[in-house]
This record gives sequence, structure tokens and C-alpha cells, in this order.
Amino acid sequence: MSILVNKNTRVLTQGITGATGQLHTRACKEYGTQMVGGVVPGKGGTDFEGIPIFNTVEEARTATGANATVIYVPPPFAADAIVEAAAAGVELIICITEGVPVLDMVKAKAYLAGTSSRLIGPNCPGIITPGECKIGIMPGYIHKPGDIGVVSRSGTLTYEAVYQLTQLGLGQSTCIGIGGDPIVGTSHIDALKLFNEDPQTRAVIMIGEIGGTAEEEAAQYIKQNFKKPVVAFIAGQTAPKGRRMGHAGAIISGGSGTAADKIAALRAAGISVAMSPAELGITMKQLLEGKTARQ
Amino acid sequence: MNIHEFQAKQILGRFGAPVPKGKPASTPDEAAEAFEALGQPRAVVKAQIHAGGRGKAGGVKLLSSAQEARDFAAKLLGKTLVTHQTGPQGRVVRRVYVEEASEVARELYLGMLVDRKAGLVSVIASTEGGMDIEEVAARTPEKIITEPLDPLLGVSPFLGRKIAFALGLKDRQVNQFAALLASIYKAFLETDASLVEINPLVVTKDGRVLCLDAKMSFDDNGLFRHPDVRELRDPNEEDPDETEAAKYDLSYVHLDGNIGCMVNGAGLAMATMDIVKVYGAEPANFLDVGGGANTEKVAAAFRILLSDQRVKGVLINIFGGIMRCDVLAQGVVEAARQVNLKVPLVVRMEGTNVEQGKKILAESGIKVIPASDMADAARRITQAIKA
Repeated sequence: MSILVNKNTRVLTQGITGATGQLHTRACKEYGTQMVGGVVPGKGGTDFEGIPIFNTVEEARTATGANATVIYVPPPFAADAIVEAAAAGVELIICITEGVPVLDMVKAKAYLAGTSSRLIGPNCPGIITPGECKIGIMPGYIHKPGDIGVVSRSGTLTYEAVYQLTQLGLGQSTCIGIGGDPIVGTSHIDALKLFNEDPQTRAVIMIGEIGGTAEEEAAQYIKQNFKKPVVAFIAGQTAPKGRRMGHAGAIISGGSGTAADKIAALRAAGISVAMSPAELGITMKQLLEGKTARQ
Repeated sequence: MNIHEFQAKQILGRFGAPVPKGKPASTPDEAAEAFEALGQPRAVVKAQIHAGGRGKAGGVKLLSSAQEARDFAAKLLGKTLVTHQTGPQGRVVRRVYVEEASEVARELYLGMLVDRKAGLVSVIASTEGGMDIEEVAARTPEKIITEPLDPLLGVSPFLGRKIAFALGLKDRQVNQFAALLASIYKAFLETDASLVEINPLVVTKDGRVLCLDAKMSFDDNGLFRHPDVRELRDPNEEDPDETEAAKYDLSYVHLDGNIGCMVNGAGLAMATMDIVKVYGAEPANFLDVGGGANTEKVAAAFRILLSDQRVKGVLINIFGGIMRCDVLAQGVVEAARQVNLKVPLVVRMEGTNVEQGKKILAESGIKVIPASDMADAARRITQAIKA
């Protein structure tokens, strides 16, 4: 088991003929993901290395039975691509594109709320269930099938955590990069809820960053509802204050958002916080061994 | 991206929000002319810098003649103004804004911003105008009104009235406020703003609602569709290294330490700064080269890092996803040759094409200290700068 994606997931690529779309569609296919179609308006009827291309997501979904799509289209067109995928009824939409205007995402997110589609991203590395399905830009070889869930706002820091786990022999159930933008489709809490229900996931690594209050909210959720051990890390402990956008931003976030606030909230919820980013894997290993010894 | 008060007022005025008449001036003579042009007995001269707290710092004054406007402008222009938002180094005043004076009866606060939690644009308002709004929120949170806006409806007239009544506005001010709020929302949407702050929004003695101050910030991701807004960027208000980095689409923030850091991904970049500190050194910068970096971009990043004279060592930490380690290595080799590298360089690489990357570095003849992981990299660079 795993969350959201597995060996049966059938994936489209929106923007399959761009340089990034080509590179990563090829890499995902090599990893073993079922890459069943591509969408490029005006190139319907052609193919990319044997993968059929369609003019619209709707056509592609009907013809291929795809239940997931990954978006590599440039920022000005990304929100439209998300909405098109949701309108066509694709269940899981993963938007890798970085630099999507935030007001485009306000509209797209409001539209998604009225559909049954789930969005991951934008500005994220994607999602992987090791050994079964990789959708996105993460390097496949660092992953190993197993039972640790990983959820993170940062792309490369997720790779770092995964790499440390794999080096220590701890495989992963599913790893999700939720994206670093102000407005994203799936939150830490959304991902935690899924991991909570997944029998294969034994423990979770959650990686946050300074700014906003998503980590504090996740801590609250974990304290009240989460049944499994959690290791957390907050990037930006040494980042200087004062680079914020303006006064009003901090009001809504309740005056918090510093690493110290977040770490305190996580600890208060009983979460093991790694103080060094080099200790994510080992903190998890010790936590699991400690648990085993006590039981 | 931030702009000046007078620019924000020009934009808001264009969308129909009531703003006082005014004119920017870059010389004392221009300030005197602007005073004359307003044709009123009194005017306010305000320093234009990208920071709040100008009034308390002596950057705003009510004046009664063109000569006074000239003298005050002469005093301000070229002067460094230190406010609680500028930091101790302050900001040099290069322009003043000469604006008609307003008789103020009440000061309110009005803000509009992208609300991460709601995933929407939200309005924030308060009866406590002209004050530090963060303090108001911390001390008296009940005095902060927050209303998320439905993207389909925008500012409905009823919502404008609801906020107006909550602010204690009455009679024709209620509909004036609702119209003002709708204008600000229109400006927000059509310029891809991320923040509009009117502090204070005032009620004048003759009963009009007016934007007495204005601040606007924009979503950098939306600027491509607003060349006119992009024109308003003031490089004098930005760190020159950060401006140079932005040309290459690099995200760079100047810090105070001596370890130059080059990393891909914002999260990993912050984590790298954190681990440098764990090993007892201080990062000189935050630098995210991004995902799709090419050789040229990496080389530019490397040059910008080394242009900081305080940098005594460089730590490169790359976990390749989109970014390929061979491309990174090629960029480092080229840049190191161009700049004649004299400080220790530690490179930690993992991810896509890592073997090719390591090979390029090893065969380059450049002195590179390889590191096996993040902790090892931080340890090696802190040792190297002490040696």
C-alpha cells in the first residue's frame, strides 16, 4: 500500500513536448510509471517516443483511462492546465511548474473545491511511491520501497531526507512534495491524513520552512489525531528576520512563522524535531528503535 | 517587488480610489514648483523610500509656502533616513512627494493581501489607523476585521458596507468606502498585487474617505504581464548584488557571515545555512540557483558569491533533480577559471548525473574539497577557513 499513487496509476503529461516535459516523462517511464499519454494543443495525433499525444486533456483521458496528470507547461498557462485537468475529471493533478502567478492559483483553487480532483503543487517535485510509480522530477535512484512517509514543502530538501533514510536502510511508502508557493493544492495536514489511513506507512518525516502557520496547524492535527511517530525539521532556523513582505502578512499568521515558534509547537505536540538537516534519517531510526525497544 | 508611495497612489487613483493630489520631486526647485502647482495654502512633503515609519523619523512635514517646501526638500534629498523598518543603515532619500494637505477627523487601517491560509485574497481593516498594525493585532486582536473575498464575487457591495459599519463609518461614507474597497480590489487583481496597505485611511473633517498613505507590493511571478509595473522597480532601494542575481533569475539574499553558499532549492538552501551554523560558522548569503540552471547561470552565481569580500570559503550543496550535477560542475569549473578562485571550495553533490559531475570536477585541475554529505560539507568548510 501507499498513498495516492501506485503501480496501477495511469499518468498523462501536459506539456510533453517541452524540454522539461520530455526529460522527465522519459525518466518516469524508465522508472516504471505508466506514462499513457501526453497533451499538447495542436499536436494531437502525433506521439512522443511511442506515447500518444492529444489536443485536450478530455480526449486524452477518454482514450487512455488516465487517472493522474503531471503539468510541466510554462507559468502563464499552468493554472489553465490545472483547471483543464480538473474539468476533464482527472483525479490527481500534479503541477511541477515554478513561478505560477498567485492570483491564478486563487482562481484555480476555488474551482478545484467544486470538483473531486486533488492538486499537488504547484512549484513542487511531485510524488513517488518507490518501486511502483514516480510522477515528477525527483531522482528515482535515491528512493527505496518501505514504510516511511515523507511530506515536505521543499523539493531538494525532500531528496536529502529520502537519501538519508535509504542510506540507513529505511525505505519509503510514499514521498510527497507539496510545493513552496503561498497557495498549494495539498497541505501538510491533507498529506498527514492520508498517511494516517495508510496501513503500510509506519512513521512520517515532515519537513517545513519558516513563514506561514502550516506547520503549527499540522502540529495541532498530529497531537489530536495522528497515530504514528513523526520526525520533523524546520528549514530556516538561522534565516534573519525582517525580509517579510509587509505588516499585514504577519497579522493573518497570528504573529508567528519563525523557526523557533514552529519547533516549539511541534515539540509540544510530541514530535521529534531534528535540529540539523543532516540528522533527519538518524532521528527517525532512533525513534523507531526506541519504540520497538519499549514495546 | 515594492514601489514608492506616490507610485502606489497613482495606480490606486487610476482605478478610482480617492487619493490626495500630489507631485513627486527630485530637487528642491521641483518641490517648490509642485507646491505652487497645487495652489493651496498648505501642502505635505513626504520622503519617498521603501519603508514605513517615515513620519516618526522626520521624513514628513506640513508646510505653508513654496520656500518652506524647497528648504525641507533640500534637507531631505540625499539624506539617509533611518526608520524602524529600514534597519540601522537607513535608506537614502532620492525623491519627495508634495501632496495637498488634508484635514483629518479619523484614522483607519485598510489592507488587502493574499491570505495563504484561506487560499484567497483577504481584506483586513481596523479602527486603529496610523499605528503599527502588527502591534494592534498582538495587543487588541478584536480590533482587527478580516474578510476573505470570494474570487467569483469579489467585493460585494454588502461586504463593503459590512466592513464600513464595523469601522464606525456612517451616512454617505458607507457607500464611499464600499466603492473605494471595490477600486482597490480591481487594482489588486489587474496589477497582480500581493499586498495593498492604506495606513491610514482617513475620514476628512468634511466627511470624505481618503487614502492618505499607500503601499503596494507585487507578486514577482505576475510581473511578466505588467511591463508598466515592472518599470516602477527602483534599483536604489535594492541590494546591488541581489539586483545582479535577479538578472540571472537567481534568488540571493545578502547576510553577514563568511561562508558563501550555493544551493539548489530554497528549503535546502536554508537548511545549508542552518548546518553551517551548527558547525560554528556563519553563512554569507542565501543563494538558490533554482531548478533549471544552466552553466551560464551557475557561473554567474559563483561570481556574485565571490564578489563579496568577506567570503573566506565557498560551500556548494546540490541535490540534483531537474538540476543536473554535470551542468553544475561545468558551471563551477568555468567560473572558477574566470575569477581565479583563491578561497577554499567544498562541493557536495548528489542526484541526477552525479558521477559525471564528480568526474568533471576531478579532471578540471581546480582545487575542490569533495564532501560526502551535508554534515561532512559543513565540517570541511569550517575547518578549511580556519586552516
